[in-house]
Amino acid sequence: MSSSELRDYLQNYDGPEIRIMEVCGTHTHEIFRQGIRNFLSPKINLISGPGCPVCVTPASYIDEAIYLALEKNVTITSFGDLIRVPGTSSSLQKARAEGAKVKVVYSPIDGEKYAKEHPDEQVVFLSVGFETTTPSDVIAVRNAIRDGIGNFSILTANKTMPGAYEAMADSTDCYLYPGHVHAIIGTGICKDLQKRGVSGVIAGFTGEELLTALAIAVRKHSEGGPFYVNAYPRVVTDEGSPAAVKLVDEFTRPCDAMWRGIGMIPGSGVELKEEYSSYDARKKFDIPVLEKEYKTACRCGDVLQGKIRPTGCPLFGKACNPDHPVGACMVSDEGACSAFYTYGGSL
Amino acid sequence: MSDCITLAHGSGGRKTNELIAGLFKKHLGNSYFTADDAAVLPRPEGKIAMSTDGFIVSPWKYPGGNIGRLSVCGTVNDLACMGAKPLYLTCSYVIEEGLPISDLEEIAKAMGETAREAGVHIVAGDTKVAGKGQVDKIFITTAGVGVIEDGIETSGRLARPGDSIIVTGDVGRHGTAILLSRDEYGIEADVTSDCAPLWHPVSKALEVCPGMHVIRDATRGGVGTVLYEIAAEADVGIKVRRQDIPVADEVRGVTGLLGLEPLYLACEGRMVMMCPSDKAQAVVDVLSGCKYTEGAKIIGEVTEDNKGKVVMVTEVGGMTFLPQPGNELLPRIC
Repeated sequence: MSSSELRDYLQNYDGPEIRIMEVCGTHTHEIFRQGIRNFLSPKINLISGPGCPVCVTPASYIDEAIYLALEKNVTITSFGDLIRVPGTSSSLQKARAEGAKVKVVYSPIDGEKYAKEHPDEQVVFLSVGFETTTPSDVIAVRNAIRDGIGNFSILTANKTMPGAYEAMADSTDCYLYPGHVHAIIGTGICKDLQKRGVSGVIAGFTGEELLTALAIAVRKHSEGGPFYVNAYPRVVTDEGSPAAVKLVDEFTRPCDAMWRGIGMIPGSGVELKEEYSSYDARKKFDIPVLEKEYKTACRCGDVLQGKIRPTGCPLFGKACNPDHPVGACMVSDEGACSAFYTYGGSL
Repeated sequence: MSDCITLAHGSGGRKTNELIAGLFKKHLGNSYFTADDAAVLPRPEGKIAMSTDGFIVSPWKYPGGNIGRLSVCGTVNDLACMGAKPLYLTCSYVIEEGLPISDLEEIAKAMGETAREAGVHIVAGDTKVAGKGQVDKIFITTAGVGVIEDGIETSGRLARPGDSIIVTGDVGRHGTAILLSRDEYGIEADVTSDCAPLWHPVSKALEVCPGMHVIRDATRGGVGTVLYEIAAEADVGIKVRRQDIPVADEVRGVTGLLGLEPLYLACEGRMVMMCPSDKAQAVVDVLSGCKYTEGAKIIGEVTEDNKGKVVMVTEVGGMTFLPQPGNELLPRIC
């Protein structure tokens, strides 16, 4: 079907109602950029799920990074988005104003490179992300071992998707699976979930690919029964990328992970194996458990679970906006609240 | 002459005169160019337009131009936006001590060539030298005077619902070229700045459409910022079609990689025009035949609804608001 046929189908759909959760921040952003929400039939409800790594990074993680920077005089290297995420009482941006050394890099490998060039500094890379970014975090550690770099380590908050799929299954009728995650891990998990009654379509990232995936989801849903379709076969194969999976398995092991706004999901994270603990900043610097209560009226958690739209949060567009984000969903371009705010909601 | 600019070159004495006679006059000289305190000029017929602009771009030289060419184009194009034929320019330099004279020569040469191309006379100038570290190599301010033909009136507040919106070429080139020439991202791509003097194509457009409502050069904030400015000034809505907005493949590649919106990247040789829709194709046709505006296209129209907003019709036929310009993307772009 052409774009306009797909659009007509999605606009005029009058079958059973469907909730579709996109589990990828890039999908969220592109859906807004393409104005897709503005023409969907009212029977189709899109939910922006927990697929933006910045949005699900807990406040306590930011506290740990600030602790390293201010108490241990560590140089923090990080992707730019994370700098503005609020911790329980501060952000790395504010810490920088207080003298913390915080450097924005575009890749974990640049963090390792910085450590190599600054042997008199202890350098920590903030390792957040999903299956798509974990391989490059691991490569940074591998490079550090290869180069004999002792002043580099990573603070892990890496997450894996399968646990989240299980945990959020009640919030949606169908997942729009993130194409790039499945390009790494393959499609086995999607088939397993289908057997357990959880439906989903693997989607690509262009406007037309998104419309195709949405149309498939809607059509299959109206036909009834759990389903799974790979609508991104030009990139996603059943086996994924065994080399990337092997690399990650060699250096990391599964762990429980805290998802901001959602809570603890068992087995949904990875951390460095014991033998690489000298590259694990949490162990290397013996970070104490920083449990401060995070009090806020922010309802990012409810947004991530599709219980409310961003505009249903009392802070949205008032106390919380992209210049002064309260919740993490407002920080990243890929967060649901930021996308709602930036693209002005419905036309 | 010594090889570098020293504080003595800004003293107003012998060294300054050496610079004026040996370098500026050579490249910028014309019959009106003066070493006196002010240029004395024939009075033009018609309404006068006057404008000034400062240039602090870093780096001063980039693919497709340098601060000299930019400083002429910037002011000439500001005048052209008001429908004014540029006549005279003045230029004021603040130069950092230690700048190689060969660099200054390259800049002055570009200014002279661009001024001749634009048909404008540089009539007076000033040179100051600041100590090392007090400026970054060179800052230039130009001021210009132009004359407006009777019957021409352009302004952002004149946009009317139903007007067609034209952009005179592909967008985002200058910003992308500067970004790449800073070499902060480790990206290599063949992007040149669009920096160009546009009075000639503008005059041709005004010939076929004297009732042109708006002409605005899309500099610092790019085409997107211009569209929002005009939506607010004229209290109208603006609708543009993503697929009709020209973006060079190499610019699309770089901006895609960095997550930047080409509509918010600076241009230095692109105008946004708004005119009655029955004249739009004639304007595009005449622009297509002019140097620097070969890629002119109609990208959308002015609307009654969505006042103050810019609506984008997307690749898949969806509609969304163009995000409002946000924080400073890149400092020191022009």
